[in-house]
Amino acid sequence: MKIHEYQGKQLLKKFGVAVPRGVFCQSVDEAVKAAESLGGNLWVVKAQIHAGGRGKGGGVKVAKSLDEVREFAGQILGMQLVTHQTGPVGQKVRRLLIEEGADIRKEYYVAALTDRTTQTVAMMASSEGGMDIEKVAHDTPEKILKVFVDPEEGLSAKQAAELATGIGVPAASVDSAVAALQGLFKCYMETDASLAEINPLILEGDGNIKAIDAKFNFDSNALYRQPEIVAFRDLDEEDPDELEASKHDLSYISLDGNIGCLVNGAGLAMATMDTIKYFGAEPANFLDVGGGATTDKVTSAFQIMLKNPKVKGILVNIFGGIMRCDTIATGVVAAARETHLSVPLVVRMKGTNEDIGKKILSDSGLPIITADSMADAATKIVAAVK
Amino acid sequence: MSILINKDTKIITQGMTGKTGQFHTEKCQEYANGKYCFVAGVNPKKAGESLLGIPIFGSVKDAAAETGATVSVIYVPPPGAAAAIWEAVEADLDLVVCITEGIPVRDMLVVRNRMKKREAAGGKKTLLLGPNCPGLITPDEVKIGIMPGHIHRKGRIGVVSRSGTLTYEAVGQLTEIGLGQSTAVGTGGDPINGLKHIDIMRLFNDDPDTDAVIMIGEIGGPDEADAAMWCKANMKKPIVGFIAGVTAPAGKRMGHAGALISGGADTADAKLAIMEECGFTVTRDPSEMGKLIKKLI
Repeated sequence: MKIHEYQGKQLLKKFGVAVPRGVFCQSVDEAVKAAESLGGNLWVVKAQIHAGGRGKGGGVKVAKSLDEVREFAGQILGMQLVTHQTGPVGQKVRRLLIEEGADIRKEYYVAALTDRTTQTVAMMASSEGGMDIEKVAHDTPEKILKVFVDPEEGLSAKQAAELATGIGVPAASVDSAVAALQGLFKCYMETDASLAEINPLILEGDGNIKAIDAKFNFDSNALYRQPEIVAFRDLDEEDPDELEASKHDLSYISLDGNIGCLVNGAGLAMATMDTIKYFGAEPANFLDVGGGATTDKVTSAFQIMLKNPKVKGILVNIFGGIMRCDTIATGVVAAARETHLSVPLVVRMKGTNEDIGKKILSDSGLPIITADSMADAATKIVAAVK
Repeated sequence: MSILINKDTKIITQGMTGKTGQFHTEKCQEYANGKYCFVAGVNPKKAGESLLGIPIFGSVKDAAAETGATVSVIYVPPPGAAAAIWEAVEADLDLVVCITEGIPVRDMLVVRNRMKKREAAGGKKTLLLGPNCPGLITPDEVKIGIMPGHIHRKGRIGVVSRSGTLTYEAVGQLTEIGLGQSTAVGTGGDPINGLKHIDIMRLFNDDPDTDAVIMIGEIGGPDEADAAMWCKANMKKPIVGFIAGVTAPAGKRMGHAGALISGGADTADAKLAIMEECGFTVTRDPSEMGKLIKKLI
C-alpha cells in the first residue's frame, strides 16, 4: 500500500526526521491561506499523487509570492498529471502540499528497504540526491552506499555516521544526518514499511538536514496491525477494478491486452498470461481466484474482467487440487449465464474431478470451448478472438 | 531415496486443531504412509486431547520429546506463524514447513535473523521451507502440505517451484507421460523465506534417485539466478527451466508478495537468459516442461 508525500512526512516527523513546515490542502483558497500562515517569501506547491516524477510532469512549482501560490495551486489542482509512473492517461490531482521554501545547499538520497539476499534491512545512501536512483545504480553504482541491518539490532549511530560521512555530509552536520537515518530506520520497522525513501534529503545553509520528499510502500500482510497506516489509504489513487476485486478476495491486475484470464494460483496465473503471449496475443489481466473459488467468486471475477471493454475473449485455467474441477465448472456455467457472456470462452481444467467438470460444461448447452493443455487453450482463445 | 522427507519421517502439525490444519492433516494422513508419519499436534490449550487419532501436546518440544518427530508443518494463522516457526527451531527440529500465507515480512526478517544467529552460535541448523508454500511430497511415501496427492507418481524427476499450482502443473505433465517424481518441493511465494531454489537443487544433485529436475521460478528476487549460477558449476543432472511472468508489468505485486519486479535483473526475461547461459533447457511454453524432460533423460 502506498501513501502520499504529506502523510509520509507526518510519519518521518514522528520518528525524529526533520521535515519542512507544510500544510495539506484541497482547494486554491486553502493553499493561499496555508502559504500566509507559513509566512516567509518562498513556497513550494506540490501535487499529491501516488506516483514519482511529479516535478518533471509539472506537478511541483516554486512560488515567490502569494499570487503565484494562487496561480500554481489553480494550475495543479485538478490537472491530469502525467509522469513516467502514471501511464499515458496520468492521475488527477486532488490534493496539494504547500511547504515553506528550503535553502538547499546539497541533495542526498537515503532509503530503507528489505534485502532479499541477506534477509536484512538495507539502508542505502548516495551523494547523488534528487536524481533517479535507478539511473545512479546503473551508471555509477559506486556512488550508492549500503549497510545491512539486523532488524532486531537496529541501525547503530556508528553505522549511520559511516553512511553520512561516506556520502559527503559535512562533519558539523553528521549528527543531524545520523538522527535522520536512525529515524528513517525506526520508522521503516515500526510501520511495517517495505520501502521508505527520502529523495532528496537536503543540507540547508544553517547545517540542518531535512527530508524534502518522502516515498513509502507498506507490507500489505501487516496492515492488520497498522491502523494508522490504513487510515492514510486514499482510494482515489487506486485502480477501481483492482479495488473491487480485492473486496471479493480476488487478486486482480489490469493489463493492456484483450484476453481476460481467470486462474487459480499466482504462479499458474502468470504462466497462463505468458502462454497467451507466446501464442500471439496479449492478456487483459492477471486474476488469481485463490484456493476456495465459490460460484459467487467466479461470477464476480467474470464481471470484473468483462467491465474492461477491450476484453474479446476469456480463458479459464484451473488446476484442481483441493479445489475440485466440478465446483469450478458449476461456477463458470453460472457466471457465464449471469453475465450473459457474449465473448468466446475457453476452459482448461486439470486435476481433481476433471471429468465431472468437463461434463458439467458440455451439458450446460453454452458455447464453451474446452482444452486439454495450456498451449491448446491459448491457441484456441487466440484463434477465437481473431 | 528422495530429498528431505520419506516414509519414515515423523511429523508434528502446528495449528492442527484449526479448520485448515485439520482439513489438510486428514488429507495427509490418507496419503501413502501418512497415518504412520503424522504423529503429533500442538495446541497449549488442548494438550492431552487427541484429534484424528493424533495426540495433541502443549508445545513442539513436548511433542518432539514424546514422539521422536523431527519435522513440523505449520498452519498457524499469520499473526502467530513466525512465533510458531521459532518454537519449532528452538525444539531443534530438522525441518519446518510453513504453509501459512500472509505473514508480515518484518516477522519473517526477525525470525530468519534469529535462526542464523542461533546457528552461528553453534545451535542446531533447522531448515525452513516456506512460508506461503504448498509444502513437499515424496510420492507413494509421504506428503506434507496442501498439494493434491493423487496427481503424483513415484519416480526419478525432481520438481522445485515457488508456486503451488505451477508445481502441480509440472507434476501433472510428468505423470501424464509416465514419468514419476522423486520429490516435489514448493519453496513459497514470499520475499523472505527459508530454503531457496539453490538449496533444493543441491539436494537433488546429491540424491542418487533423482535423474533430472524441473526448476520453475517467477519474477522478483535473485533466487533463480543464484541457483542457475550454482548449477552451471556443480549440477550433474539435466534441468528444464521455466520462469513465469514474462508478461508481468514492473512494480506490480503479482499475487505472491515476492512476485514483484524491482530492478532490471529480476524480470522473467533476465532470469530465462541466465538459466539458458547456465546450461538449462529453457522453455517459454509451460505446457512443454514434461516433454522436454523426457527428451533429456
